Amino acid sequence: MKGAAIGYALFVVALAAIWGVDQFVIPYTDRYLTDMLLRVAICVISVSGLALVLGFTGQFSLGHAGFMAVGAYSSAVMSMKFGVPFPLAVLLGGLFAGVAGLAVGVPSLRLTGDYLAVVTLGFNQIIIVAVQNSGSFVDAVRALFGTSGAEGKPAELVLGSFGEVLSRFGDLGGAQGLTGVPLETNFGWAFTWLLLALVTLRNLLRSPHGRTFAAVRDNEIATRSLGIDTTRVKVTAFVIGAFWAGVAGSLTAFKLSSIFPNQFESKVSIELLAMVVLGGSGSLSGPVLSASLLTLLPEFLRGLAEYRMMIYALLLVVMMIVRPKGLLGTRELSDVILAGYRRLFPVRKPA
Amino acid sequence: MTLFLQQLINGLSLGAIYALIALGYTMVYGTLQLINFAHSEVFMMGAFAAFLFAGAMGWGDGAGVGAAAAVALVAMGSCAILGMTIERIAYRPMRKSTRLNMLITAIGVSIFLQNLALRLWGTNLTFPDLIAKTNWEIAGVNVASNSVMVLGVTLVLMIGLTWLIEKTKIGLAMRAVSHSRETAALMGIPVDRTISFTFALGSALAGAGAFLFLLGAPKVDPQMGAMPGLKAFVAAVLGGIGSVPGAVVGALVLGLCETFVSGYVSSTWRDAVAFCVLIVILLYKPSGLFGKHIVEKV
Amino acid sequence: MAVGRYNRALPELPVSLILALGLLACNGGASNGEKGEIVIGEYGSLTGTAATFGLSTKEGVELATKEQNTAGGIAGNTIRVVVEDDQSKPEEAATAVNKILSSDRPVAVLGEVSSSRSLAAAPLLQRASVPMISPSSTNEKVTLIGDYIFRVCFIDPFQGEAIAKFAYGDKGLRKVAILEDVKNDYSVGLAKVFTENFTAMGGEIVGQEAYSEGDFDFKAQLTNLIAKEPEALILTGYYTEVGLIARQARELGFKGVFLGGDGWDSEKLVENGKDAIVGGYYTNHYSVDDPSPAVQDFIKKYEAEYHKKPDGLAALGYDAAKILYMAMTDVAKDPAMAAAFADRSSTPATDETRLAARKALRDRLAVVKDYPGVTGNITIDKDRNAEKPAVVVEVTKDGPKFVSKISPKGSEPAPAAPVDPAAPPADPAAAPPAAPK
Repeated sequence: MKGAAIGYALFVVALAAIWGVDQFVIPYTDRYLTDMLLRVAICVISVSGLALVLGFTGQFSLGHAGFMAVGAYSSAVMSMKFGVPFPLAVLLGGLFAGVAGLAVGVPSLRLTGDYLAVVTLGFNQIIIVAVQNSGSFVDAVRALFGTSGAEGKPAELVLGSFGEVLSRFGDLGGAQGLTGVPLETNFGWAFTWLLLALVTLRNLLRSPHGRTFAAVRDNEIATRSLGIDTTRVKVTAFVIGAFWAGVAGSLTAFKLSSIFPNQFESKVSIELLAMVVLGGSGSLSGPVLSASLLTLLPEFLRGLAEYRMMIYALLLVVMMIVRPKGLLGTRELSDVILAGYRRLFPVRKPA
Repeated sequence: MTLFLQQLINGLSLGAIYALIALGYTMVYGTLQLINFAHSEVFMMGAFAAFLFAGAMGWGDGAGVGAAAAVALVAMGSCAILGMTIERIAYRPMRKSTRLNMLITAIGVSIFLQNLALRLWGTNLTFPDLIAKTNWEIAGVNVASNSVMVLGVTLVLMIGLTWLIEKTKIGLAMRAVSHSRETAALMGIPVDRTISFTFALGSALAGAGAFLFLLGAPKVDPQMGAMPGLKAFVAAVLGGIGSVPGAVVGALVLGLCETFVSGYVSSTWRDAVAFCVLIVILLYKPSGLFGKHIVEKV
Repeated sequence: MAVGRYNRALPELPVSLILALGLLACNGGASNGEKGEIVIGEYGSLTGTAATFGLSTKEGVELATKEQNTAGGIAGNTIRVVVEDDQSKPEEAATAVNKILSSDRPVAVLGEVSSSRSLAAAPLLQRASVPMISPSSTNEKVTLIGDYIFRVCFIDPFQGEAIAKFAYGDKGLRKVAILEDVKNDYSVGLAKVFTENFTAMGGEIVGQEAYSEGDFDFKAQLTNLIAKEPEALILTGYYTEVGLIARQARELGFKGVFLGGDGWDSEKLVENGKDAIVGGYYTNHYSVDDPSPAVQDFIKKYEAEYHKKPDGLAALGYDAAKILYMAMTDVAKDPAMAAAFADRSSTPATDETRLAARKALRDRLAVVKDYPGVTGNITIDKDRNAEKPAVVVEVTKDGPKFVSKISPKGSEPAPAAPVDPAAPPADPAAAPPAAPK
């Protein structure tokens, strides 16, 4: 069990390092740099979730941004209307997104490839439309249940409180956005969540579950013939992916202080998809790398901002033709480093 | 009652536009089992081609039927060429790849074309009214002349296309290739050429759709194809993807659904209707209204 | 959660970090600039879907800056405006502002047009105690973020009230229907406020429908609304759809009038809408045919520089910059303040002095009164919004024509003589009530 002990130790060391940096280095760091670090961290969290769904389980999800929206709005509401503290709010955001993932996944995951793509896209749009219509939802709830007042018969009070809770929950501001979210996201929390995401996903993928995911991706029918409930496997991956999208969305809400429905449109889902594909579906470090690069790159190409999407798109097409497995393919960064190391220092067999 | 009839006409004319785009989707899917995500951008490019050509020829409002016909032909022709080019450059190298990868390539092409148009021509350009529009009032219902034209053209095209696929040699080739590419090749059918032809035809239909679309909504914009394209795809699935009459029927049904939901329930949910329809269809009858149930063999 | 199973090292985390740090180290670092230079930041949408808005604003600001620098800058220091693009996205707006703050240490920041992007940047500027002036964000929540956040345009509640006043009072309309863009925060807000005001005055909203930006078919919604026989259609969206909506409405037999807000302001409106939209009315920040010398002067200068007529956003950008420079000139009368403005070094001592200077600037901005701007007589109220009139213009084939000015207190008909900004506003009680049409 020495490996496990080292693992735990490393995790604690990493956490300490993150918070150490947060307390002692960040206050003296250029705010632009900090801003970019946070954006990279948030993007990587979201993309890792998608990598699990797309790369490892082979499910073509084009609605990832929708789950980010669920996370963002629910965590914001929890914090502002129900007084939940920030770290818990982010967790709740992720959980709500996970539930949304379940709701979307169960009906959709019977479908394959192209159809799944369009259906998830559709759900993404539906979530956006729902948020935009939150105003009329609140009005309807208020009309139906009344709102709680100090006086009134007990039944009215109960219904009223329920109505109050529901309407507080539903008051998402519609197209006008949800503003006034406290500015809580900092280096410490963003990177803590990033560490958690990468560690849990890494361990999940190394476990037998991970092999099941890959099996479903490679040949679903064969896997099913082995007696494995593939739908359940797919839904599990989907829910986990949605959870991390929700966490990323929550962190975004507390970073920008205001969120709008069109920040989570299907365009964003497609960009996230591009990051996974370019990084290598079948790898975790690949998408992490490509997400980091693609978030930072526009900052260097500020002059080329108009061409950014065109360059992305071209990259996507060229990659698919020339190197369809993506940057790292199914290998992990550690594999690449290891391979390089081996080539430099080959192990000599005893004579 | 007139309200209902008016909404009926609205829905049918909307559906007819979707139908023209849906036909392209269904044909390509029928042959290659590929959702050509770039189809909506081919549609958009057709609109730009029409706009640029009319501009180059100096045709403005009221230029007449001759000008309109010429513009329509140019739109269809450019779309056909664009469609074939995309197939040749982006899809043909991917034929041995997984469907997922092909889909991603299609998405890439789609994004590229959108942004290219944005960069080259900008947004929100107005297309001239080449043919003067008339509005007829029948039984209290307003019917615009271009709605009638769109419906008419769609029906003609649907009949023509069905005849082409069922009765001609090239149609037979298309059906053979969609059944099994390898077997068709073994039988001596020029697979590559057939596929190119399919793309050309589907894209030309999108071009026609773009022209007719511009008659009713004379605005040219790089983003104009995204939503209609997606809804047209839903329509094709609704009707049974791979089926020509299915695409048309599905599109008309979708147009009507969208219009009636918008009119009688709430217009804020309009965009969501198409997707709800899609989800319901895929859950309960994935092969669509006219489609065949395909068993996946291992 | 088997955290312990940590067989191989996890290179991804440190790699991302190292990448980020490495790549950004090449890019960061404050530029010191030359002596005697005052830096102002500007963030706007130079690319993306709202590019035209950002560019118009930028041009207005540029013009004002050029004028100020020709006149000697501020206490002898030249003004340099650093512009960063936010790609029409709120997330990028936050990053752009962070970049400006860290690289350029501006005295103040101008921006943005869209309320969602202003809302993303404002909290950062408030925290950094850097005054922000938005030229044209109309969502009232923007200035509520903090006391360093200002705007030089009216807010949506006022604009909605103005449209309602014009509809009810000037046009005598009693039954109207609304068509809003459900995706657009500006459109939704404006519709809401219009409804509140119009019904409070005694008018009736017979129907309300919605569409989404980018739609091309509005017949379903229009059929519904027209069936309720409204006298007018209130279209609160952007010009991109309004033209088309007007055409389809006419096709469906609608004979009434169209009304809207400043989102209509573009030459493309008539291009798209053709005859259908001619005769419509909308509220705007200024009018090209306003005979006042200040406005005509501005138009001439802008045309000379950019070869086109300025739109409302350019005019607002111009006013925002000019008000800022006016306030700075005032504060810079104190040489210590002037020195602090031009100082961009960063030691604890200079940070203090610069903070004090920015606070003085903020305090000066908060009491701006009756500034004769191109977009009207501007007074900054206690909520740091601009108290100023809205103009109502009529859409004609040759462009928008001035019809009426609606001040925060009342409505006056079109003036025959040039408007003297120093004269008190006309007494609204003296204006005759408009005959119902």
